[in-house]
Amino acid sequence: MRNENQPLIFEVSKEGRIGYSLPELDVPEVDLANLLPQAYIRSEEAALPEVSELDIMRHYTALSNRNHGVDTGFYPLGSCTMKYNPKINEAVARLSGFANIHPLQEESTVQGAMEIMYDLQEHLSEITGMDEVTLQPAAGAHGEWTALMMIRAYHEANGDFNRTKVLVPDSAHGTNPASATVAGFDTITVKSNDNGLVDIEDLKSKVGDDTAALMLTNPNTLGLFEEDILKMAEIVHGVGGKLYYDGANLNAVMAKARPGDMGFDAVHLNLHKTFTGPHGGGGPGSGPVGVKADLAPFLPKPVLVKEGERYTFEYNRPQSIGRVKPFYGNFGIYLRAYTYIRSMGPDGLKAVTEYAVLNANYMMRRLEPYFDLPYPQHCKHEFVLSGRRQKKLGVRTLDMAKRLLDFGYHPPTIYFPLNVEEGMMIEPTETESKETLDSFIDAMIQIAKEVKETPEIVQEAPHTTVVNRLDETKAARHPVLRYKEKEEELVNV
Amino acid sequence: MKHRYIPMTETDRDEMLAAIGIATVDELFEDIPEEVRFKGELNIKPAKSETALMKELAQLASKNADSRHYTSFLGAGVYDHYKPIIVDHVISRSEFYTAYTPYQPEISQGELQAIFEFQTMICELTGMDLANSSMYDGGTALAEAGTLAAGHTRRKKLLVSATVHPEARDVVDAYAAGQFIEVVTIPQTNGVTDLEKLEQLIDGDTAAVLVQYPNFFGQVEDIEQIGKIAHDHGGLFIVSSNPLALGVLTPPGKLGADITVGDAQPFGIPEQFGGPHCGFFATTTKLMRKVPGRLVGETTDEDGRRGYVLTLQAREQHIRRDKATSNICSNQALNALAASVAMTALGKVGVKEIAYQNIAKTRYAKEAFEKAGFDVKFGDIHFNEIVVDVKKPVAEVNEQLFQKGIIGGYDLGSTYSELANHTLIAVTEQRTKEEIDALVQEMEALHA
Repeated sequence: MRNENQPLIFEVSKEGRIGYSLPELDVPEVDLANLLPQAYIRSEEAALPEVSELDIMRHYTALSNRNHGVDTGFYPLGSCTMKYNPKINEAVARLSGFANIHPLQEESTVQGAMEIMYDLQEHLSEITGMDEVTLQPAAGAHGEWTALMMIRAYHEANGDFNRTKVLVPDSAHGTNPASATVAGFDTITVKSNDNGLVDIEDLKSKVGDDTAALMLTNPNTLGLFEEDILKMAEIVHGVGGKLYYDGANLNAVMAKARPGDMGFDAVHLNLHKTFTGPHGGGGPGSGPVGVKADLAPFLPKPVLVKEGERYTFEYNRPQSIGRVKPFYGNFGIYLRAYTYIRSMGPDGLKAVTEYAVLNANYMMRRLEPYFDLPYPQHCKHEFVLSGRRQKKLGVRTLDMAKRLLDFGYHPPTIYFPLNVEEGMMIEPTETESKETLDSFIDAMIQIAKEVKETPEIVQEAPHTTVVNRLDETKAARHPVLRYKEKEEELVNV
Repeated sequence: MKHRYIPMTETDRDEMLAAIGIATVDELFEDIPEEVRFKGELNIKPAKSETALMKELAQLASKNADSRHYTSFLGAGVYDHYKPIIVDHVISRSEFYTAYTPYQPEISQGELQAIFEFQTMICELTGMDLANSSMYDGGTALAEAGTLAAGHTRRKKLLVSATVHPEARDVVDAYAAGQFIEVVTIPQTNGVTDLEKLEQLIDGDTAAVLVQYPNFFGQVEDIEQIGKIAHDHGGLFIVSSNPLALGVLTPPGKLGADITVGDAQPFGIPEQFGGPHCGFFATTTKLMRKVPGRLVGETTDEDGRRGYVLTLQAREQHIRRDKATSNICSNQALNALAASVAMTALGKVGVKEIAYQNIAKTRYAKEAFEKAGFDVKFGDIHFNEIVVDVKKPVAEVNEQLFQKGIIGGYDLGSTYSELANHTLIAVTEQRTKEEIDALVQEMEALHA
């Protein structure tokens, strides 16, 4: 597998080759010099590659062969819900009536698209137990920010300008505090207790009339359901704050419990996680936000509504937080999520949750003898092991993750959440077979054995990938962020 | 129940329950308090078979008027351009689209290298030192550029030209509100930023001046001059640019831009009702450590082989948490890949050719409208867009055009009160001379 360097597309470029097909110009030529000041006519060509179509296909095929996706093999990356991406979704998104429509066409000419968006909103409202949904945010983090901006607008509309604090548990995703900051709030961290759940006493001591909201993932990033959720809602609502649900882990509770029924006022969903919009190598995602009625006046503009049999975008929303994205969000991802929901139906979504949770618990119990399990109760869709037993033998979680690569697996999320030492966060999803889970478990058990008997095999892993461990320190100290014929590092002035 | 996406059999389930030491799956949900447990069935539509669902959704798709069945002259930031067929073949390789963020570089070299190449191509087109791996879209990229400038300069005001896309300006407003930043619009005059007004509005609290190049009306403004004014007052100069136009236009990096953002949708990405598209963010080495989002950098492995990793992650939300200056994580990786393939296919020669064709076609349309007696607004150079006075409500004109199989232009009166009854007509290399002639003819007939 370990070949010579894979050339960059720029390195296979050869002057005189082309990879495009444009029609002959059928209108008169123009002289740019007559239209533009000389200073605005490009003098130096953009050095894009010069390659043939086959060159392009071979190049990207070679790159794809150096990439691991869900279709390649098991991908138990915790909190990312790397489930199968159904192929019908891709076919639907490529229908010309969806792919080739312009966002600014007259509404009467895009009613089919608007109907799907509206019906998706309705489905997501029901699944989350919220009153209204906006589809606009482009990703989960964008959804968090959108919802927090709505919560801020809600408080301000009540004349309440002192609610400057957002509470976030120490086990939260990093996006939560970052979103709070960019929405203009200060973040206050709430501690977890010995059971891995929010420490109620700590929460009580931190709420007050300056609390804007509590952001919570439930089940949390340890895969544990916050059993005191109603008490937490009472505490936060009691001081006038709002409860925000990070929907990254919705795959654990769909059709079993709804954020709206738990007391949450706002929720974001990751359509590219639970609802099979593909992860795309890091997007495009989609992060719809659902809210209870009292937050609805603040929804971003425009709001998609149904008037009789006609769908229309409503712009006259004086209390709206404004526009969070040009046009109406990532429509192409809505199509995939909608197709998925319609492929599953209510029984199917319930089965998704049950198997996602069953699979995680099965793996957890089978691996429990070999690794430390800091929180031994039943988990939901994911669980977190600790590598501290192995660390004592000189092998770190990072090493074990790299060793999994040799078995053809994508490793779990590692060193997260931050409250578990040498953490490994494993989320199998419901789309994997028992045989796959068993093979992965066997690999983990073998690695645990290697740690005791031949630790260097693990410490020096991976052994089979196209490159071995890469020097990240060098990359950060001497950043090379683009190709140049003669490489030069960027100097931070 | 059985479903093609769920492989577990009843035997599997029973074996797993036994291994866990429980009797039913329900026991795994007992930690959910009784009061919040959802009972009964979700009130959503029942599942459909693959064939039946495909049929239903294809029918819904056929209710929409698409640019394969209608001749579209609608642009305003989203364009019907040449999409090399190879693009969809590359992005359909599921090693790319079923992967996530390349956290494990050893098995993600394909994605990482593709992003590194994307970053390079964006640098080449924009003339900037570095580019990130992508943003959600051009509008949010512009907004993040604005908030970055405010953080960097510790100033609290952004000046945004009225010739910037109206929806992008709306997004700037929303983002700025999040961080208590004031946004002031610089009025337009004759289709370009009013420089006199800019001089009056700019002051020592101005973090940045934001312009679009070519602007919303298709005009090429004297942005170099605007950049000088911004810099004279200690502010940053931010340019939102159509990267396709940069095939022939001098790149913003050569005209003083500190940050160049935009949307790579013109490169191989379908309109798809406004998203997902592909924002980009390019800047100078000086601002390298403040860039939002992911950056891919080159390095070597233990044996000295070249490889790629996510780098400078100390900037990002998962490390900095509440000290982060942006919360972006997932971006538009697959669309950045699509844009890379399109940029590669066009290449050094094609990107010039396609940009030139767009200018020639737009010029032809302008002259055709003028010959037919229409008042076409603003200067000599038009990229993709022309502003035509139709002397009656644009919606009426568009309704008539639609009957003839034409999707008309953007109603400028909806966002610019001074341009009521003016339509923004977009012409790309996709439109033939015959189609342009037919449009002019139909509009002339309506005009009469």
